[in-house]
Amino acid sequence: MASLQHSQAIKGAKVLMVGAGGIGCELLKTLALSGFQDIHIIDMDTIEVSNLNRQFLFRQSHVGQSKAKVARDAVLRFRPHISITPYHANVKDSNFNVDFFKQFNVVLNGLDNLDARRHVNRLCLAAEVPLVESGTTGFLGQVTVHVKGKTECYECQPKPAPKTYPVCTITSTPSKFVHCIVWAKELLFAKLFGDKNQVNDLNVRSNDACSSSENTNDVFEWRDDEDFEQYGRRIYDHVFGYNIELALSDEETWKKRNKPRPIYSRDVLPDKMIQQNGNVDKTDDLSSASAMASLGLKNPQDIWCLMENTRVFLEALKLFFTNRKKEIGNLSFDKDDQLAVEFVTAAANIRAASFNIPSHSLFEAKGIAGNIVHAVATTNAIVAGLIVIEAIKVLKKDTDCYRMTYCLEHPSKKMLLMPVEPFEPNKSCFVCSSQTPLSLEINTHRSKLRDFVEKIVKAKLGMNSPLIMCGAALLYEVGDDLEEDMIANYTANLEKVLSELPSPVTGGKMLTVEDLQQEFTCNIYIKHREEFDEEKEPDGMVLSGWTQAPPEKKDDKTSIGNGASSSKSLPTEPMDAQKDIEVKEISDGTASPGKKRKMPEFSEGCTLDQSNDADETRNDKKIQKLDDDDDDDLVMLDHWGKDTSKKQRLQ
Amino acid sequence: MKGTIAEFCKNIVLAGVGSLTLVDDRAVSEEALSANFLIPPDESVCSGKTLAELCCDSLREFNPMVRVSVEKGDLASLGAEFFDKFDVVVISCCSLATKKLINAKCRKLSKRVSFYAVDCRDCCGEIFVDLQKYNYAKKKTDGAAECELQYPSFQEAISVPWRSLPRKVSKLYFAMRVIERFEEAEGRKPGEICIEDLPAVLKLKKELCEAQSVNESHIPDTLLERLVMGAKEFPPVCAIIGGTLGQEVIKAISSKGDPLKNFFFFDATDGKGMIEDISNPNLES
Repeated sequence: MASLQHSQAIKGAKVLMVGAGGIGCELLKTLALSGFQDIHIIDMDTIEVSNLNRQFLFRQSHVGQSKAKVARDAVLRFRPHISITPYHANVKDSNFNVDFFKQFNVVLNGLDNLDARRHVNRLCLAAEVPLVESGTTGFLGQVTVHVKGKTECYECQPKPAPKTYPVCTITSTPSKFVHCIVWAKELLFAKLFGDKNQVNDLNVRSNDACSSSENTNDVFEWRDDEDFEQYGRRIYDHVFGYNIELALSDEETWKKRNKPRPIYSRDVLPDKMIQQNGNVDKTDDLSSASAMASLGLKNPQDIWCLMENTRVFLEALKLFFTNRKKEIGNLSFDKDDQLAVEFVTAAANIRAASFNIPSHSLFEAKGIAGNIVHAVATTNAIVAGLIVIEAIKVLKKDTDCYRMTYCLEHPSKKMLLMPVEPFEPNKSCFVCSSQTPLSLEINTHRSKLRDFVEKIVKAKLGMNSPLIMCGAALLYEVGDDLEEDMIANYTANLEKVLSELPSPVTGGKMLTVEDLQQEFTCNIYIKHREEFDEEKEPDGMVLSGWTQAPPEKKDDKTSIGNGASSSKSLPTEPMDAQKDIEVKEISDGTASPGKKRKMPEFSEGCTLDQSNDADETRNDKKIQKLDDDDDDDLVMLDHWGKDTSKKQRLQ
Repeated sequence: MKGTIAEFCKNIVLAGVGSLTLVDDRAVSEEALSANFLIPPDESVCSGKTLAELCCDSLREFNPMVRVSVEKGDLASLGAEFFDKFDVVVISCCSLATKKLINAKCRKLSKRVSFYAVDCRDCCGEIFVDLQKYNYAKKKTDGAAECELQYPSFQEAISVPWRSLPRKVSKLYFAMRVIERFEEAEGRKPGEICIEDLPAVLKLKKELCEAQSVNESHIPDTLLERLVMGAKEFPPVCAIIGGTLGQEVIKAISSKGDPLKNFFFFDATDGKGMIEDISNPNLES
């Protein structure tokens, strides 16, 4: 192969980057160094404190500013003569349409969520622009190439629902218990017991990000004149009471959300804590190591009430200060540290109570907290390098050389970076292949058009601005330029059950759903069905023939992505300091070297594809590496279920 | 302080190592700027500052908590007491003799210093790791297990007879040794090589293969041609090698996780990132 380095294709290329976060910063730098001269970059986010330890183009003084714009300025400092066009905007905005995408030679994704990835995939397919897709999770990473008609599209294979949450979900708007765990573990626990020098988002809200955390720092300091229960109550009232009141004052945030409830310790536990359980000897080892033991709580599977959580919170804090004072300032959460788990469980549960999220037992909380995996800056750097290599091949149209590359934590057959030939397009992919209709089982007498739009069109088909037709009749449409009477009409339709729409949708009818921005159309064949299993089919409707992941399974671990708190420097523990809290989860067997292994699928801070028992209609890709005496490595791609296995040559 | 090292330094500074000392007295050149994002080009050329000084300024900004400093002097002439100050020594773009010399100095110290030598040429990169006798914690499903590894020195590693190595060892390993030997024999600086040298390089390859009793096809001419032509670093490879090296150094500092033993190779043309253990089996037991 001619040198990749001196390719003329680089200079003339016009490149679109989507995302200026962990991967994006690295990617923009590497593109600029590699000689790319015309780069456009879209990112809707502003810079958060927690980004700084990983997204190296940003500084403290940039907090609150547009990532895309600051990244541009930072790269122009060392490559002043290239053109970088930043867009501080959502890639789903209507001006980023197919025509916009058509101006580029290649699109490079450094995204952190499934929705945006699917959206970009469709625009790239419609505009016929090659897409290089990427994702990282801890030490694991992946880069894939999607070229219409030549390789599979992003949606040809099932993708698990991503479990990536933006920082503000953790700091301001939790909606799941896992958000509360992350907050308790990565923010509150780190703030109280970890390195005081670490940057922490606990008191920094993204909309007033410049407010320095210094003013609020002392709130968390223990004062000489207070006893530990007083101190604990002060912390409690600050984070569960005062901070929630503060958040409530931002009314915009709560227009579409349930408001949280401030909780003060005096309301839950009016009296000073006294020895609650007379028969426990306070001086024994167990009760000094465990708030549960000291409070007489025995079963880790019990779900504590708010009062019990409050007692555990105060007791655990007190025990840390009375028995483990030396460690304070140096502690990092360890799931085998009983007291730490107790504190985090109680704090998460109190926060959950505030946000009306169901409580969990210590046992469950421990499992969730233990599965949080941090983002690793070096993985982003490596993945960015791999993206640029694939982008250059795409520009040179070296079709045979395209590779999907896995970045592994543990070597597999001596490889840490493992290239695999890209897969061919899936002929039954509802996104990139000729339209085979989907079919939907639904109770047409009970389900409303709104249910269909929310649960199918948006959640499953990933459409952003849908238009729904039954035959020639237009049932629903989203757009900026609609007449008022039409909007009223559509709004009324949303509340009607399918069979009572102006053009009734009943069994045997075909619906056409179209996204004008994505230039993507689906036909859905409607089958009426009376009953649905509430547990197995919670949507009350079943879509078949599409390529999304099977529903979450019990053994799915949780992950949160894209940073929440972080540590800028931690000389004694560089391993931990380096990781941002891109909380993450690793599925079993993903990184274990072995003869036969499943290939993970991931995104910056989202789940791995552990489709061991994937929907039977989908192929489960397995890769088997065979020994081969000649120079090339053979990789066996075993399409589970239907296809016979095919061999692919690396190199 | 070229592109790969710039990447590496960025990674460990972001990770928050305690301190980082840079040694590179060279003035800024176009070549030095080509893959280095730490140096703003325009004002730097005339500033009179050395490469290390310029990189130091940028690195400090990445993380104010890390002490980044510059040490002047010729690397090869720095005494053992200099290296004694560090836990990790990383060298790049060094001659064969310098690699051996620094590695030997590190090994003579009373404390264990982790040593890394790294090189990127064209689309290829190599990392050599010497952790001497290294103990670390390996993460198991339940808790951690203590492990110990014994590393050969650079001299020992490259002295391992080629024919004793498995057939599938990365060809880049042999190719890099040929280039290294060529530059040393010709008295060149590292990277001071061009396409006109190819016939002589191929001749040396033939001699080395004969001396080692291995087939010449072990080292494809096309690979040597690429390495000879593109002494310049390729930025994506710098990112990949600098990222991998950063991770390894963090592992070594914290004594956590399986370290590389003892070579890592990446070639963008096939996309493989390979670990090779090249040590004399007799030395281990």
